[in-house]
Amino acid sequence: MDIRFEEVGFTYQKGTPFESRALYDINLSINDKSYTALVGHTGSGKSTVLQHLNALKKPTEGSVSIGEQVITAATNNKGLKKLRKKVGIVFQFPEAQLFEETIGRDIAFGPKNFGVSEEEAIEKAKALLPQVGLDESFLDRSPFDLSGGQMRRVAIAGVLALEPQVLVLDEPTAGLDPQGRKEIMDMFYDLYKNQGLTIVLVTHQMEDVAQYADHMVILEKGTVTKEGAPRDLFKEADWLESMQLGVPQTVRFAQQLEKRFNWTFDPLPLTTDELAEQIKEKIGDGREAGDRT
Amino acid sequence: MMDKLIFGRYIPGSSLIHRLDPRTKLMGAIFFIIIIFLANNVWTYLTLALFVALAVGLSKIKVSFFINGIKPLIWLILFTVILQILFTSGQTIYFRFGPFILSEEGLINGAFIFMRFVLIIFMSTLLTLTTMPLSLSDAIEYLLRPLAVIKVPVHEIALMLSIALRFVPTLMDETEKIMNAQRARGIDFGEGNLYEQMKSIVPLLIPLFVSSFNRAEELATAMEARGYKGGEGRSKYRQLSWETKDTVTIIAFLGLAVLLLLLKT
Amino acid sequence: MNEIVTVNQISYHYTEEDARPALNDVSFSINKGEWIAIIGPNGSGKSTLAKAINGLIEPSGGEVKVGPYELNEENIWSIREMVGMVFQNPDNQFVGSTVQDDVAFGLENQGLPREEMVERVREALEKVNMLEFAEREPARLSGGQKQRVAIAGIVALRPDIMILDEATSMLDPKGREEVLRTVKEVKERENLSVISITHDIDEAASANRILVMREGKLIKEGTPEEIFSYGDQLIEMGLDLPFPEKLKSSLKNSGINVPSEYLTEEGMVEWLWTYDSKK
Repeated sequence: MDIRFEEVGFTYQKGTPFESRALYDINLSINDKSYTALVGHTGSGKSTVLQHLNALKKPTEGSVSIGEQVITAATNNKGLKKLRKKVGIVFQFPEAQLFEETIGRDIAFGPKNFGVSEEEAIEKAKALLPQVGLDESFLDRSPFDLSGGQMRRVAIAGVLALEPQVLVLDEPTAGLDPQGRKEIMDMFYDLYKNQGLTIVLVTHQMEDVAQYADHMVILEKGTVTKEGAPRDLFKEADWLESMQLGVPQTVRFAQQLEKRFNWTFDPLPLTTDELAEQIKEKIGDGREAGDRT
Repeated sequence: MMDKLIFGRYIPGSSLIHRLDPRTKLMGAIFFIIIIFLANNVWTYLTLALFVALAVGLSKIKVSFFINGIKPLIWLILFTVILQILFTSGQTIYFRFGPFILSEEGLINGAFIFMRFVLIIFMSTLLTLTTMPLSLSDAIEYLLRPLAVIKVPVHEIALMLSIALRFVPTLMDETEKIMNAQRARGIDFGEGNLYEQMKSIVPLLIPLFVSSFNRAEELATAMEARGYKGGEGRSKYRQLSWETKDTVTIIAFLGLAVLLLLLKT
Repeated sequence: MNEIVTVNQISYHYTEEDARPALNDVSFSINKGEWIAIIGPNGSGKSTLAKAINGLIEPSGGEVKVGPYELNEENIWSIREMVGMVFQNPDNQFVGSTVQDDVAFGLENQGLPREEMVERVREALEKVNMLEFAEREPARLSGGQKQRVAIAGIVALRPDIMILDEATSMLDPKGREEVLRTVKEVKERENLSVISITHDIDEAASANRILVMREGKLIKEGTPEEIFSYGDQLIEMGLDLPFPEKLKSSLKNSGINVPSEYLTEEGMVEWLWTYDSKK
């Protein structure tokens, strides 16, 4: 399912003295089965864009198409609910949404809102727990007895339970320790790779963009300034640094090496593995050749 | 949802009214609400209306904001006014139907009650539009101070009030975030029948309670770490300053009361 | 040496029934002007340890000494005057309604005369570069700015020790950087001792010494270089890998022999240079 923004604008409290424009002239596309990273500073409009992805907000100008459905300012609220099942959003610090007595019932909450029976929804919850790294024994425990990291996993399971085609993640690892961060990011990558989910990741972490995303959208002051493949966009390191968005460490280090050794890295390495391969080609092979003669 | 909260929201400005001491404004508004009950004829209401018009004019805030202040209360006002009209008996009766009477006195009374509502709302809206909530809480603390003598915990009340005000925006953000998260999980707030609507509040209220308790606990720890041990021995950073314009304003209010006493019948 | 904090064999249980103590026989000391980082995975007891230093929790055994004071009921407020603490959530420690009111909060608690408060608030805000925001309400500040205000609130109290309890973990990279920079500046200027509890590699790298916690115990202690040389194991210690370590591990996987000691980025470039010229 594709999501497309055409000339989207959004103004808060339109027509009141407190009117403020959050988005303007936004064109962007999120292709089916892609892994899109949405980056920008706090206040760039990321969170407003995010709420358009499943029609929590309707554009005040332009149109957003989610699959077959086109949403404009005039679209009736009725019938938008089914989009919420297709596009699941894991908000920042999603553990704040937990409210049920048991973990199982909390995970089952979403499916039940879409007409799945209680038993079936609980079954679903049970099946999802291992996927988020918790075992079935958690099913009947209270979500409020868990550690912060475990609560996060339950909240994520609560969104996955909707079986969305598109999964939107707003800084899903904020505040977690490195181990937890890695596990959760790997889990999302697995959903993308092996279950064909479309992922939209809102993040400040350029390392994550480099490692996981195949498409990147940069927002600045309410509009899209750049859109493209991370490998292409990261070539403009100076521009990204000047925007204070930064580049992945690998890119920065590769550029340092290019200057010092007069090397050119092509394609631009985004991960340490890619960089190591290219370094090996440049020095490793040379050395072996040298050893032989 | 923020749209509905415009009524009574502080609008930054530098008008004379904005710059008055919050104590002056608070006392003035309370005093006004008391003396409005002195008014009982056209002249007294006209005087009050002129006074309010002057105050609104001095605040340099658009009249539409004040009219917006009336909107949420319009049904209450109309209901009271209609009761007043229909149940006041008088000498000039136009119409009678069972217990209902439409009389000249009734109509006049209705008009006065309507005026009273409008003037009170305008005055209190003026107070909240031109005074930061924080300054208001300062003024309340100051005016409550004499009560400390009879063991009213004025310091605690003031601290609670200012912390509550400080957390209003934080909790509003939080509410919106949780609403969004639950909507994304398929809840429709404000749709369906009454039972469904009540049910949909639970997934909003429980997380809000939980997070507020967590916040309160963390805040208490932070306050303790910063050496807070109750009101005793504490000094105060915020200060209010009384100026000539405040004295003048208070005199104006007293003058208004005198005028009303002279004009009332 | 000039020890400012001494922790001697302290233990702590959150509840009586808790089989596993949150702190288990922890001892260490900090010298005046030293910066130490405490790392460890979530739930390893780092934050509990920090709270034991200024008496926010009461250890069930062992002693804590801060400056001349033994931590006990009697000295607790004197100790809290010496120790300032920045917590994780920027919102939940902002007590005042505006920036200046918040900075003044701790001063009010000490009952300082108003003139002195005004002076100290201004000074402290200047030191964290927030003077122009003195009138702002917290709702109109970024997370990084709120944390800088929290630091100003501490600086205004002229403490000897500043504890950062995951103070940067909820911030975006820009906020993290600005807070870390502020901590460094303030530490130098005020000659503070800093204890930072963190998962952030840059924050840990700024320390003179790193303590590693696991399951309530202090399991390792060393300079950043020593600790960083643990490579892949750092993740289990609750720290990200420094970039040179990541690259070393990738190079190793592709069959290049890398040195085992910790290299900085510059060190890495130099090593590659020598390696390359040897071929």
